[in-house]
Amino acid sequence: MAERRHPGRLGLRALVWVTLAALFVAMVGAQALAARTVTMLGTWGGQELEAFRKVLEPFEKETGIRVEFTGTRDLPAVLTTRVQAGNPPDLAALPNPGQMREFAREGHLVDLSKALDVKVLRQQYAPVWLDLGSYDGKLYAIFMSADLKSLVWYSPKAFAAKGYAVPKTWDEMMALSDRIVKDGGTPWAIGLESGAASGWPGTDWIEDIMLRTAGPEVYDKWVAHQIPWTDPAVRRAWETFGKIALNPKYVYGGPTGELTTNFGDSVNALFTSPPRAYMHRQATFIQSFILKANPGLKAGTDYDFFALPPIDPKWGTPALGAADMVGMFKDSPEARMVIQYLASPKAQERWVAALGKLSANKAVSMNAYPDPLTRKAAKILVDAQVFRFDGSDLMPAAVGSGSFWTGILDYVGGEDLDSVLEKIERSAEEAYR
Amino acid sequence: MRRGGAWAWGFVAPALLLIGFYLAYPTVQTIYLSFMDRRSEHFVGLSNYVRLLTSTAMLTAFRNNLLWLVVFTAGTVGLGLLMAVLTDRVRYEAAAKALIFLPMAISFVGAGVIWKFMYAYQPPGVPQIGLANQVMVMLGQQPRGWLVERPWVNNLALIAVGVWIWTGFAMVVLSAAYKAIPKELLEAARVDGATEWQVFWRISLPVIQSTVAVVATTMIINVLKVFDIVYVMTNGNFGTEVMANRMYKEMFEYQDFGRASAIAVILFLAIVPIMLANIRRFRRQEATR
Repeated sequence: MAERRHPGRLGLRALVWVTLAALFVAMVGAQALAARTVTMLGTWGGQELEAFRKVLEPFEKETGIRVEFTGTRDLPAVLTTRVQAGNPPDLAALPNPGQMREFAREGHLVDLSKALDVKVLRQQYAPVWLDLGSYDGKLYAIFMSADLKSLVWYSPKAFAAKGYAVPKTWDEMMALSDRIVKDGGTPWAIGLESGAASGWPGTDWIEDIMLRTAGPEVYDKWVAHQIPWTDPAVRRAWETFGKIALNPKYVYGGPTGELTTNFGDSVNALFTSPPRAYMHRQATFIQSFILKANPGLKAGTDYDFFALPPIDPKWGTPALGAADMVGMFKDSPEARMVIQYLASPKAQERWVAALGKLSANKAVSMNAYPDPLTRKAAKILVDAQVFRFDGSDLMPAAVGSGSFWTGILDYVGGEDLDSVLEKIERSAEEAYR
Repeated sequence: MRRGGAWAWGFVAPALLLIGFYLAYPTVQTIYLSFMDRRSEHFVGLSNYVRLLTSTAMLTAFRNNLLWLVVFTAGTVGLGLLMAVLTDRVRYEAAAKALIFLPMAISFVGAGVIWKFMYAYQPPGVPQIGLANQVMVMLGQQPRGWLVERPWVNNLALIAVGVWIWTGFAMVVLSAAYKAIPKELLEAARVDGATEWQVFWRISLPVIQSTVAVVATTMIINVLKVFDIVYVMTNGNFGTEVMANRMYKEMFEYQDFGRASAIAVILFLAIVPIMLANIRRFRRQEATR
């Protein structure tokens, strides 16, 4: 038998072994390489993504770990699908606390107290931020940055030209609106269009007004659906919003203009000559939209903001905000290092400097903010007596980004308020169960 | 013979497996999920269906799907037929047809984005950036919010986009059938003194009617699944909701697997009779051949 063995056979067998060995080495190598890469999913793109890359630069250089970031505007859908398919990213910038809690409840998120020093976190973050990132007593997400929402943007130059003063109370603000109308101008610029997310800018209005007319406790009850949408407190907030939003003389373009104008474009009505509108209620992030469309404008002289004034003196001037949260879906030493880095003031200083966002971390130096305006907003956020998170982000998606959004569009589109609120209430009764 | 039968099964098996895996299994799974709760954990009977059939959002979606069905199908088939006949005898036929067929090359999402610009609204007195409103202004009218004016203007504005895309397809198929009509038939009619109008209605249309039916049913099946245009342009707001968009929302935004599956089943059931009618007609046609 031995003589019959072809000499070539041996060579073939050796070749097979060598190939197998090479494959094995390659696989192990790929594994080792893959372990040095951390995948992350988020909504950031364009300017935000560039800023995020800048945040990661020193970390990647120092540790040799690469963060592979995928950005999508359809984050909830993509993330849900990947989690359901058992293929989640290592980390994700979560869209909102409501969704974070859903993931935490189903056991998809990793408890961060394993990866982070909770003592340090307690020193650096106000309790409200840690609570918002927790579910059932465990920390599941950290806040990279925040946006302050309760701001009214205006052009100091345009105000000065007409002799308008910054209003200190809601009544003063409405009186100013009337005066602007009398002078032949339009007081407000509102844009509710935002693609598939249309309607959200209106929910911010309602939330801000709720805090100012009913106070934080009723606000919390409303968000938790312990009072119905047909409650007089909720109704009053909508009516107060409607006094501005439904008045065609108050808003540039009237209700049709509100419904068809993109939120990011609407603010630019303030900076035409003559101004097409004078005031615009929007969060801190709108600054980047203003500068993108009008690169020459100077913060503080060409555009500025004032806090949305109080309505009921009892509730003062509360701050409404939203924030970017990061959670961990797959535990690994590398992913832990990334999240440790993102929670640190060092990373967040780079993030706020590049984007003009605010940090929720008290250890972030005020000097990190790129301009006096952002610093002013950061101070309002840190000093606010009452801070509440964006209510629609806390509600179940079927209400928060469902019937609440459409409700705003229906209401501004001319539908009767009772029928709008009843519709939201009906969806809430199902969604909160 | 028997062995032959076994062989046949052997050859068919891979195809059957594929169909089972890609078609039958998901269908059965979807039907199963439609009887479960939002997380697919508990059996809830028909309650998903009951809630869907009584919710205002779904009722709007049903109404709009019906509107799409009628207007879109009539629009594409009617315009397609008109174009097929009108371009038939002109010198620049190829160029004209290419132009009308061109939108077929654009994706629905792309078309949605393009038409969003077409319908853009600026308040009166400011230069309009959307073509539709610029035309209105030139006619001395006020600009309109095409996509927010409910319930008919915005729905028809969306359907117009669908018609814009699909008319070319209908035209090409109908034109082929039209060209296949024996010329002697038409000549004979004309010699006998029939007007062009009579020739069309009495001779051409009856001859190509089976093609018209095929195009129409294709359009109906298409339109029942309409999603992209609505998702991109209004996301179902302002009373423009359609079934497929609602399904997407229930599934990916509200994460209610039960209801999303129930909508899928309803859509499936709505399409089945049209498919059956199509198959039956094909059979009849084959039989007469």
